[in-house]
Amino acid sequence: MPDFTRKSNIGSSIPTSSMADIAFLLLIFFMVSTVFVRYRVTGIVLPRAEKIEEIKFRRHITYLWVSADRKVFIDDKVARVEQIAGVFYQRRVENPRLIVSMKCDQRAPYGLVASVLEELRKADALRVNFATDKMR
Amino acid sequence: MAKKASLQRRNKSNAEIPTSSMADIAFLLIVFFLVTTTMNQDKGIGMQLPPAGESKKIQKKNICNIWVNAEGRILINLEEEVPVSQLRRNVEGRLRENQKLIISLKADDETPYNSFIRVLDQIKLTGAERISLATPE
Repeated sequence: MPDFTRKSNIGSSIPTSSMADIAFLLLIFFMVSTVFVRYRVTGIVLPRAEKIEEIKFRRHITYLWVSADRKVFIDDKVARVEQIAGVFYQRRVENPRLIVSMKCDQRAPYGLVASVLEELRKADALRVNFATDKMR
Repeated sequence: MAKKASLQRRNKSNAEIPTSSMADIAFLLIVFFLVTTTMNQDKGIGMQLPPAGESKKIQKKNICNIWVNAEGRILINLEEEVPVSQLRRNVEGRLRENQKLIISLKADDETPYNSFIRVLDQIKLTGAERISLATPE
């Protein structure tokens, strides 16, 4: 009759000594790739587009929000349209490579967006990016 | 005579840093970064505005006017109404005929921003480099 008893006992534990190394490796990846959301204005629904490009230099970006209820925000502070030229002129002096990321709600009227663009031209802040989401 | 003070260490304390909880701490930090991470999210349609007060005289034949009204309907050169789906092909054809063509995009005050971006996106998709954004009158 064959002998079915197990002959050797092989250890079946998972080695956990290198777990911390793996965890730290992942940690470093996430620390390097993380960019924190600096400003957020709630209720803004961005339009979608196909031909979009990423802004590589985040440090040059200033955000300009236009909401559906005709309010304008610079970064996250409410501003009047007439104030835009002054504020952006100052920022343009501080950073000549300034990029204005226009985060406008898809229901915002174009007339308001156009007057904001006109103010930016006065302030010589000419690099503009119309923020959109990627078309699905 | 006073008893001589013993300077010898009596017991040897363990000087090792406990590393057993290191993985837990690292994973905790990973979870934090996983939750807060947003991959580069600043994307959109890039444009270079003309400096203030600058206006150039351009020959009429080199301009293609595209109007977008408040309902989002598109009119090219005040004569041809084009649906968004055919705008790209139409503009591409015009660009092929005239390399110097400047696309002038005009939108109504009340045109929703979404319609404007949809048209601008289609124009950008044609590869047109000279795009002008006209201010509503």
